[in-house]
This record gives sequence, structure tokens and C-alpha cells, in this order.
Amino acid sequence: MQSVKTVPTTPPRRLLAQLGIDGRLLFMVLAIAGIWIAFNLLTGGVFITSRNLWNLSVQTASVGVMVSGMVLVIVMRNIDLSIGSILGFTGMAMAVLNIRVFTQDTWWGALLTLALGLLLGLGIGMLQGTWVAVLGVPSFIVTLGGLLIFRGGAWLLTSGQTVAPLTETFQILGGGLNGSIGGPASWGVGALIAAAIMWTDLRNYQQRARRGLPNRTAILQFVFTGVTLALVLAFVLVMNSYPDPRSGLPRGMPVPVLIMLAVTAIMMWVVRATRFGRYVFAYGGNPEAARLAGINTTRLTILVFGIMGMLAALAGAIQTARLNAGTNSTGTLAELSVIAAAVIGGTSLAGGTGSIPGAFLGAILMASLINGMLLLDLPSAWQNVVQGLVLMLAVTLDGIFQRRRAK
Amino acid sequence: MSASIVNTTVTPLVEARGISKSFGGIHALEDVNISLAPGEVLGLLGHNGAGKSTLIKMLSGAYTADAGQILINGQEVKLTSPRAAQKLGIETIYQNLALADNLDVAANIFLGRELLRGGALDEDTMELEARKVLDRLKVNLPDLKKPVFNLSGGQRQCIAISRAIYFKARVLIMDEPTAALGPQETHQVNELIKSLKTEGVGIFLISHDMHDVFDLADRVTVMKNGKVVGSALTSQITQDEVLEMIIAGKLPGRNVLTN
Repeated sequence: MQSVKTVPTTPPRRLLAQLGIDGRLLFMVLAIAGIWIAFNLLTGGVFITSRNLWNLSVQTASVGVMVSGMVLVIVMRNIDLSIGSILGFTGMAMAVLNIRVFTQDTWWGALLTLALGLLLGLGIGMLQGTWVAVLGVPSFIVTLGGLLIFRGGAWLLTSGQTVAPLTETFQILGGGLNGSIGGPASWGVGALIAAAIMWTDLRNYQQRARRGLPNRTAILQFVFTGVTLALVLAFVLVMNSYPDPRSGLPRGMPVPVLIMLAVTAIMMWVVRATRFGRYVFAYGGNPEAARLAGINTTRLTILVFGIMGMLAALAGAIQTARLNAGTNSTGTLAELSVIAAAVIGGTSLAGGTGSIPGAFLGAILMASLINGMLLLDLPSAWQNVVQGLVLMLAVTLDGIFQRRRAK
Repeated sequence: MSASIVNTTVTPLVEARGISKSFGGIHALEDVNISLAPGEVLGLLGHNGAGKSTLIKMLSGAYTADAGQILINGQEVKLTSPRAAQKLGIETIYQNLALADNLDVAANIFLGRELLRGGALDEDTMELEARKVLDRLKVNLPDLKKPVFNLSGGQRQCIAISRAIYFKARVLIMDEPTAALGPQETHQVNELIKSLKTEGVGIFLISHDMHDVFDLADRVTVMKNGKVVGSALTSQITQDEVLEMIIAGKLPGRNVLTN
């Protein structure tokens, strides 16, 4: 179409825009790289080892699964404070189902447990969403109520008793001893991801070129795809270089990490390519405009809270399986890590702005901080202090960023 | 202007009969009758709070009436939602423009009516179609993939208008279309209204600018306190007489009113 040589803007931003890079994502990647290098130096080279990175990936899974749902919630100008409690309640419900109802260790028993748990989370989320959208009570209050109700509910399910152990099949979800897919399968998954990336990049590029829409230059696109593929390769290599202590064979990708990657990929697609995702952002940008455009905003809110609840239940399954026990305190304060990860990843509490990849990086960043502080043997009191400071810093930066944009 | 097309033998494109609406005991509209012929521009005038905005929200499906009928081409219709109105070819350009600032140009034009391919959003086609309709309006926006928040008032207005044009409006409701615009952009929008009129689109024009209204509208309807004061052809009434109707609700001494 027309040439893009318009008014000159500030050089760095223009360069990033021309390269088709999101400046914020780049900043996040650099921040994570900085944190990793700093912790590696402080721990004398323990942080960047395949063993620690493998553990880090499992530790990211729970927050990583939930954060994409939180992005949608916050983009729609809402908040969900109840997810830690939903995680605990559904986790406990699944533990009870797994131990007292489906007592045989079968794959279908484990799957049915998971499915019922997810349905429970979906139902709870939709109920809260209905309360917000139909009755018009602020989500802060509804989900604060949910936080208390479902934490209490987790206690009431077993009168405070911890239930354990779970079936071996269900434990796979937690990424424990049997919870990884092994070396060859990891290569297979890596190859599938690589093929999918190459296919979509190539197809998008060709389609836009054929229709005369603005595009990156061919070389640049090549570099871009190359870097993405290199990251996939590095991920597979790291996962495969941590051996199982019993057999000495590579562990490969942990199941919870696979779940997190799948959830992130699906949610990215939902945001980018579906009407539902588009409407969530339209509502966040201008609720009145969304309503006048004929979008059913009530249904939209209920669905978004439903998805959030279901993802909390999925994280509940992962954590319960990893712990190999249902306890009434599982997931306490998880809502705060998830909100922090979403906000650090560029989700604005003012609504309308947010990205799934950014939030995913935010989850990695938070998990890296916690992991590094554990390695340094920092008392948990100090870990809380650091997490709190990082959250405040992120929101402050977001505020400055918003004001600069508004100018 | 072309007053000849406005005669009673033509079935009105839109007709509202006996529309009433109240909000918590306050009568926003009381027994309002209004009609619009194909290719006609009807200026809707009145003070703030006279009921103009409530009336157009009724016609665009955002509110439902407590009583009364709405007819399109002589057929009674139920405008239960904005989408129902859009399906009947009624497009509305709101005073606050109703754009989602965080979405890009193409996404705003297609908001609520996205083009799909294989169940997924067809971004490329929407971008191309958006470009086409903007070209038709002679609007120059270099990048349609940018959020609309940093566009000028005129550019945003053009996006709102392109949305209506793209979906082939038969009835266009424009609430203060030029209030936020400079002289150049106002001129552009006015030209657009004239060209749509020749295509047979019926237009409700809400404006405070008496000069614009007399320039563009075939007929004016004046409202006050939720009621219609009266309607008259712009060719037969003076601006002063219309002002009297708006301010005092007083009808002209001579017989100029139409239906």
C-alpha cells in the first residue's frame, strides 16, 4: 500500500516497531535473563543447571496455567481473588474423589477425577461471574467472598483432614517420579512445536505477501522464526539433560509443564483469533462500545470467570498431584502470585491491555525469583518482602508507561 | 432542497408511532411520532434532555420502548438489541463514537460483526476491506493495525462512519457527527451525508448547529421535554421559527408544519 515513511518518531521505538517486536516482551526477556545470570553468580553456578531449570519449569506450571485466565479477567476490568481458594477446594475434592471413590488405580479413574474437578472449577467460576455480571456486585467483593467460602469449603470437605496418597496415575499430573514423558517423546513434542511454528509463520507470511499487506522483510522473518526454533531446541535439550536418578535416562518434559504450554498456546489462539477473545478486549477498552456493537457482555463476563475457575481447578490438580495429598491449605495466596505475574507481564489494571505471552513470561519471572531465593536459603519472610516489592515496582512502571502513552 | 421526494404517498423507511419511555418515573419520551423517507435527511433538534438521544437509542436497539410501535418499510419490527437493528440496516454513529480505544482500526470497523474463516478471525480480509471502505471515504490512515487511541477526532469519526457504510446502512442515525471536528473535517462529513442521501439512505441527523441542519436536512423535527413539538420542511420554515420551537416550544404563527 502506501509507504510508511511518515513523521519520524523516536528512533528506538520506531526500530522495534519496524522489526515487529513488542518492546515490552523484549524487556521482560532481558529482565528474566538478568535475574538468571545474577542468581547464577550468587549461587556459584547452581541456578543455570539442567536440574534447577527443570525444577523451575515445574514450579512455574501452577501459576503459568492460571495466569492466562487472569489476563482475561483483568482485561475485562475485573479481578479474581478467589483462585487460590478454588485451587484448594477443587484440589481437595479431586483428592477425595481419587482416594475414596475411584479407588482402583486406572487411567480412566484419574481422568474422570480430573474432568469432574475441572467441571467443579468451571461451575464455581461461572457462578461468581453470574453474580458479578447479573447482580452487578463488584468482582473484588464477590471473589473476596469466594476466597473465604472456598477456603472454608476445602476444610469442610474432610473436616480439616489431609487425604493421601493419590493413585500413581493421578500423580503423573504433578510431574513427580513418573510425571515426565522421557527423552524420545520430548524430541517428538519439540519437533511438533517446531513444525507448527514454521507452518504458521510461513503461511502468515505468504498470505500477507500475496494480498499486498505490510510484512516483515524475508530475511527478518527468517531470523525471527530461527530464534523461536532455537528456543524450542534449547528447551528440549535442557529437559532431556536432567536424568532420572533410578534409570539414568533423560527425564524429558514434565507433564505439568506440557499442560502449561498447551494452556498458554490455546489461550494465545483464543485471544488472537476468536471473536470471544476480541470481545474481551473490546469490553476492556470501552464497555459501552462493546454493548452498542451488540456484544452480549453478560455472557462474556460469565464465560471469562468460568475459564478462570477451570484453570484454577487445573492448577489444583497439578499441585495436589505434586504434593501427593489433598490438604486444606493448598494454594493459599496463589491469587497474589498470579495477579502479580499478569501485571508484571503487562496486563493493565485499568483494563483493555494485556498479553498472554507477556503474562507467561511474568510467571517465569516470579517463579525464577522464588526459586533463586530458595537456592540462596533466604528466609521465607524475606521472599515475601521481595515478591511484594517486585509487584509494586511492576505496577509503578505500568503506571508510568500508561501516562507516557496517554500523552 | 429536494423536498419533492418527501410526500405522503411514499411508505416511510422508518416510522415510530406513540413511543413512550420512562426511567424511574421520569418520562424521557411521551407519545413520540416520527418518520423518515428513503433518501431523506431529517434534522432532529432540541435542548439537552429533550429526548433526542433516548429516541435514537430506541431506534438503534439500545433501549426498548415502554409503549409504541416501530415500523420499517411499513412492517412492524421489534428492535430488541443493537444487533437486531443492525440486521434491519439501521446503523448508528454515537456522539461518543463508541470505539474501543485499545483495538486497531480494522477491529473497530468490524466490531461485533467480525469476518471469520474456518471459525477463526480473518484479520487479513478485514484489514483489506477496511482499507477499501476508508479509501472510498478518502480517509488516509497509513497503518490500520494501530490502536485507535492516538487518532484525531476526525479520523475516529471517519472510522465510526466507515463502520456504518461498510455494512450498507439503509438508515443512518448520526448523533452530533461533527461536534468534535474542525472545519475541514466537518465539510468532509457533510459531503458524505449528501452522497449517502443520493444513494437513498435515510438519515437522522442530530445536531446543535442550526446552520448545518438547514444546509443538510430536508425536514426538521423539534423535541422538547420528551415530546415532539412539530416537524417542518427546512424550505418552508426559518431558523428563527425553529429556534422559537426549541426554546419555547412555541409553534410558528403560520401553517408550515408537516406530519
